[in-house]
Amino acid sequence: MLIRCRNLTKIYYTGKIQVPALIEIDLDVKQGEFVAIMGPSGSGKSTMMNILGCLDTPTYGIYELDGIQIQSRTEEELARIRNRKIGFVFQTFNLLPRASALANVELPLIYAGITAEERHQKAMEALGSVSLVDRAHHKPNELSGGERQRVAVARALVTGPSLVLADEPTGNLDSKTSNEIMSLLAKLHEAGNTILVITHEQDIAKYAHRVVHLRDGKIESDAMRSVS
Amino acid sequence: MIVIWEGIKQALYSLRANPLRSLLTTLGIVIGITTVIAITSVIEGLNISFAEELATMGSNVLYVQKWAWVDKEWYKYRHYRNLGMLEYNAIAKIASDAQFISPMYRTVKDIKHGNKKAEFVMVAGVNEQYKDIRAAYPAAGRFLVKYEVEGGRPVCVLGSEVAESLFGQENPLGKNVLIDSTHFRVVGVLEKKGKFFDMNLDTVVLVPFGAFERAFGARHRSLTIVLLVPDQETIPKVENEIRAVMRRVRKVPFGKEDDFAINRVDVFKQLYEKLTGGLYATMFGVGAISLIVGGIGIMNIMLVSVTERTREIGIRKALGATNRIVLFQFLVEAVTLSAVGGIIGVVLGLLVAQLIAKVSPVPAAVRYWSVLLGLGFSSAVGILFGLWPARSAALKDPIEALRYE
Repeated sequence: MLIRCRNLTKIYYTGKIQVPALIEIDLDVKQGEFVAIMGPSGSGKSTMMNILGCLDTPTYGIYELDGIQIQSRTEEELARIRNRKIGFVFQTFNLLPRASALANVELPLIYAGITAEERHQKAMEALGSVSLVDRAHHKPNELSGGERQRVAVARALVTGPSLVLADEPTGNLDSKTSNEIMSLLAKLHEAGNTILVITHEQDIAKYAHRVVHLRDGKIESDAMRSVS
Repeated sequence: MIVIWEGIKQALYSLRANPLRSLLTTLGIVIGITTVIAITSVIEGLNISFAEELATMGSNVLYVQKWAWVDKEWYKYRHYRNLGMLEYNAIAKIASDAQFISPMYRTVKDIKHGNKKAEFVMVAGVNEQYKDIRAAYPAAGRFLVKYEVEGGRPVCVLGSEVAESLFGQENPLGKNVLIDSTHFRVVGVLEKKGKFFDMNLDTVVLVPFGAFERAFGARHRSLTIVLLVPDQETIPKVENEIRAVMRRVRKVPFGKEDDFAINRVDVFKQLYEKLTGGLYATMFGVGAISLIVGGIGIMNIMLVSVTERTREIGIRKALGATNRIVLFQFLVEAVTLSAVGGIIGVVLGLLVAQLIAKVSPVPAAVRYWSVLLGLGFSSAVGILFGLWPARSAALKDPIEALRYE
């Protein structure tokens, strides 16, 4: 099991008020799945994404990623786990504006301590997998929205992560480009990657094989679906 | 390693992107390092030309005189009696530790040879031992000899510059020079030395003591008694002996101050050390204040930079940068900024030192350690004042930072 959540609970304390964002979630995701987590705003999607992405730790409950207990890890350990296990794709791309596409893709490899030569080679391979080799030396502001998100996907893939975590990956893209990006993710899924997309758009969720609905911090439904 | 390079690249990028902002940021550092480099260069220059010359002057030479060379209360000496042969003979008799001793009268005269003239030349009446006291060795001919001194013969030894201005290419040996109305035959020319106050041996004419008295008179002149002591250790002993005999001969009552002075080149050394000490203190003051101001500038700009780049910090952390890596990155950036200021400061400092050397008599000598000192100081300032901004960057919550607009 790649992801194993048991009793996963996150409570935010704002002053004296306790705001439960996730309540006793149980969720298992197997290697190679393509899961969409859906829900209206305030349903706990973002909190779910932060915890699954090891950016945050649960208040209590268990989160196991690839056999590693994530709860009660230090910040330094979480950073290392993120670097090795998770590839992020964000709604706003989150590329470094002053760095070339290639440099952006190389960034996680820098933190993994990989040598310059190998970095370059791996980054070029990742850019190849999103068909952007010819844009390697362009800055983000010289790329279209779709191209930027493909660079971000390449960056997410370059370390060979256990999990690709996409948070509203098409939120800033038009529908045509959105479909391109989702097709790309579907292709990566076919190549064996585990992909978890967080979205509120039905159109996007339909690329996934399994859809988990969240509402008020709880799982409302969890269904396999056949992809059209 | 790569993180260092990233930090340097980022800092250089910021420098290029906001040249004015960066310039103002590093201004304090630039001023501080410029001061440090310029002043150390000048002091080092002084050390070379002044202190070394001081050393060749011989710190083992004592000058017993009416006036102290360095004294704020110069006016009290006016009432002191002149020194004369009485004092000289008394000191010569008791100062057994002194290797050489000479009386000396000095005056300033114009010197003529044919139609050539050297103006305002120091003429000194001394004995034959003065050669060893001042290491006044002849480059041509010979020094004054004992029988010339005892007989008060009208002969003279010329300083190298005097010889050159009066004789040029001509050989001065055996020729006569005219001082006032007396002809002096040239018996020697001194080696070229260097300048040192009024005792510059290059611009002096030495004549036998007796000849001086006869030609220029001894009345209203105060004698200077010059002694060479073998080493530094015997100086206090000799000084005490001289003081005792001088007080006795001059009948200074018990409890009254000396009415004479025993001078040494060392007083200039002390004066010099005071001067350079003052310069160092100034350098330290100006340098420290500028570096603190510069450091605050760096801190300020780094805090701005950290805030501006909050989202970047979030991205980096999401991709696996640990707190330590983020801290390090911003620290390297701060150090790069201040080091650039330091480099500019070093270059400016060297230029200022050259300028001072050009337009003033103060020399300048660049020491590689002063350059290292400047770069070291500026980098230290970068680390010190970059630490807080870098820490605030490192401690940012990645979730908050990613959401930052």
